[in-house]
Amino acid sequence: MPDRNDLSEVPRPEAAGAARSAAALGGGIGAGQPAVEFRDIDIAYGKFVAVRDFSLSIAKGSFVTLLGPSGCGKTTILRSIAGLVDISGGQIMIDGRRVDDVPIYRRNIGLVFQSYALFPHKNVFDNVAFGLKYRNVPKPEIARKVGQALEMVRLPGSEKKLPSQLSGGQQQRIALARAIVFEPQVLLLDEPLSALDANMREEMRVEIKKIQKETGITAIFVTHDQEEALSMSDRIVVMNAGAVEQIGTPQEVYETPATAFVADFLGKANMLAGTVSRSGQAIAVTLATGQTVEVACPRPLAQGSKVTVVLRPQKLSVGTAASINRLSGRVVSASYLGGSAIYEIDIGGKTIIRANAPITGRVLREGEAIDIGFDPEDCVLLDEDGRRIS
Amino acid sequence: MKRRWTLYDPRLAWLLVAPVLLLLIFFLVLPIAVMAAYTFFTFVTAGVETSALTTANWHEFLTDSYYAGFLLKTLRVGAITALLCGVLGYFPAYFIWGTTFKHKWLLLLLLIVPFWISFTIRTFSWINILGEQGVINVALLKMGIISEPLPMLYNEGAVILGMLHFLLPYMILNVYVSLEGIDRTLISAARSMGCTSAQAFREVTLPLSLPGLAAGLLLCFVLAAGSYVTPQLLGSGRDALFGNLIYDTIMGELNWPMGATLSIVLFLVLGSFAAIYTRFMGMSQIVKGLGG
Repeated sequence: MPDRNDLSEVPRPEAAGAARSAAALGGGIGAGQPAVEFRDIDIAYGKFVAVRDFSLSIAKGSFVTLLGPSGCGKTTILRSIAGLVDISGGQIMIDGRRVDDVPIYRRNIGLVFQSYALFPHKNVFDNVAFGLKYRNVPKPEIARKVGQALEMVRLPGSEKKLPSQLSGGQQQRIALARAIVFEPQVLLLDEPLSALDANMREEMRVEIKKIQKETGITAIFVTHDQEEALSMSDRIVVMNAGAVEQIGTPQEVYETPATAFVADFLGKANMLAGTVSRSGQAIAVTLATGQTVEVACPRPLAQGSKVTVVLRPQKLSVGTAASINRLSGRVVSASYLGGSAIYEIDIGGKTIIRANAPITGRVLREGEAIDIGFDPEDCVLLDEDGRRIS
Repeated sequence: MKRRWTLYDPRLAWLLVAPVLLLLIFFLVLPIAVMAAYTFFTFVTAGVETSALTTANWHEFLTDSYYAGFLLKTLRVGAITALLCGVLGYFPAYFIWGTTFKHKWLLLLLLIVPFWISFTIRTFSWINILGEQGVINVALLKMGIISEPLPMLYNEGAVILGMLHFLLPYMILNVYVSLEGIDRTLISAARSMGCTSAQAFREVTLPLSLPGLAAGLLLCFVLAAGSYVTPQLLGSGRDALFGNLIYDTIMGELNWPMGATLSIVLFLVLGSFAAIYTRFMGMSQIVKGLGG
């Protein structure tokens, strides 16, 4: 889990509706100025609006992830900070200075690309030294800094090699070294891990996070991989169709998704439609499948309101452990994962529930009867529009 | 037991390559070999030679500075033409590569369209433009800017211009293809690290397009140095190139052994340029292929 102390100065708007006010809050609250601030950014390509009304403020030294499906505008936003994409409205501030009319080469930004984008005709030294050369750093200083950066990405002594002589993981390390060596104000990472194989990816995740911590650089990371987002970020900005769905810590977005989209995109939550059948502190919801469950609700709801109960597969208890809100069903499929098993359970009414439960005894087989249950506190309620009830 | 034929059978591969191999052997290698043999035949008089072996032709070529002068002049004209092609061809290639115009294929098609017209006719067209009664001279005379026609035709400049006309598309296509192979994020990367667009061009685009430029230079040089129609039509006697010399020796003097000698010389000289290029640029092409 990320160090939450880092975030104390950052306002944490939770719902999409609060995103707009984030900019206003970000400027005033806390000691430090935000490292990067977006104020009502619009980005359009011709008639196609890629990003609409995007506001975000990013604290110095924090690691913020833009997470969303492809085409949600996350990469476009990243490119707009670098100046590779022109914004059609709003303002981008870096360290309090407006940059949206500063040409790309004058913005002090480190960029790591998905395709590494190392210069194939230059050796590792010249690649890493590139940014320093254009900042008029004296030669001995360049040599020292390049050496340091290579040390940091654990590839010392590779100065003379050509990028083609390095593995994918090594190339990405060099790309990282190249982006941080001139101490940019912000480090932008555009899906830097997606070209790597699974093992390498996990290793690089830890590595990138470690280097970011060590250097204290503000990092903005773009990914469509929820696991990467959850494991690396101080804050996650979940995006969909050019707009912010939710901004929060990994725990917040995972455990209290603000919208149905967030609940579904992060961790494939179970979403059960139902109607409030008894209001009060703990309300009763009659599901579309006929069963009635009790759930905690932050505010009273009128009887008859339509709601969606969002349940994480990990929060479900299975078998004899299922005591409260017990639902009976049949196993449709079971996947054995070693420590736990993922069951898909038919609870009737064409509703399939996914449960990820630790294995006690044996793994149930297809067709066997199974009970599942959950704590009334362990779910999130969404209203008719798919927004979290809070 | 007989082995069954499979799709990737090496025997099948040889069978498929055989027609091309035979074609190359009978229509390229063998004729060149015959010509090489002819260089050692004895010239008796116009149109008559004997198969008595002699080194007289080679001796004449190597000792008479007339031939060496011709060869040097040909290489000079070829080099000037190739360099002009490089300078003039890079910009259109860069433009086609960089344009956001939706129908790029149309621009590329425009490069190929001239090939639909016979090369000889295209060369002739310059006479109507540059000649004494050509478009330019007539227009300038009518406007009273000049009092007598400018001598624009039948000189080395006209020959080079004619060759530029037919060689430029080769250059542009070669450069374009190598530009197209450049990963554009490299340019974004260079820009993000502090390059202006001109600096990014110098650091990234230009060096990575050099293999295409070099290939274009070689192609233009070899084609220009080997040309004979263009100097024949657009040049005067003084502007004749090595190809015209060969034509003259064979068709005019009917001295086939000497003509064969000169042909082999040109073949070896231009061939060695191609060989040097392959040796030199071939390596960097491999590096580029792996790095991309």
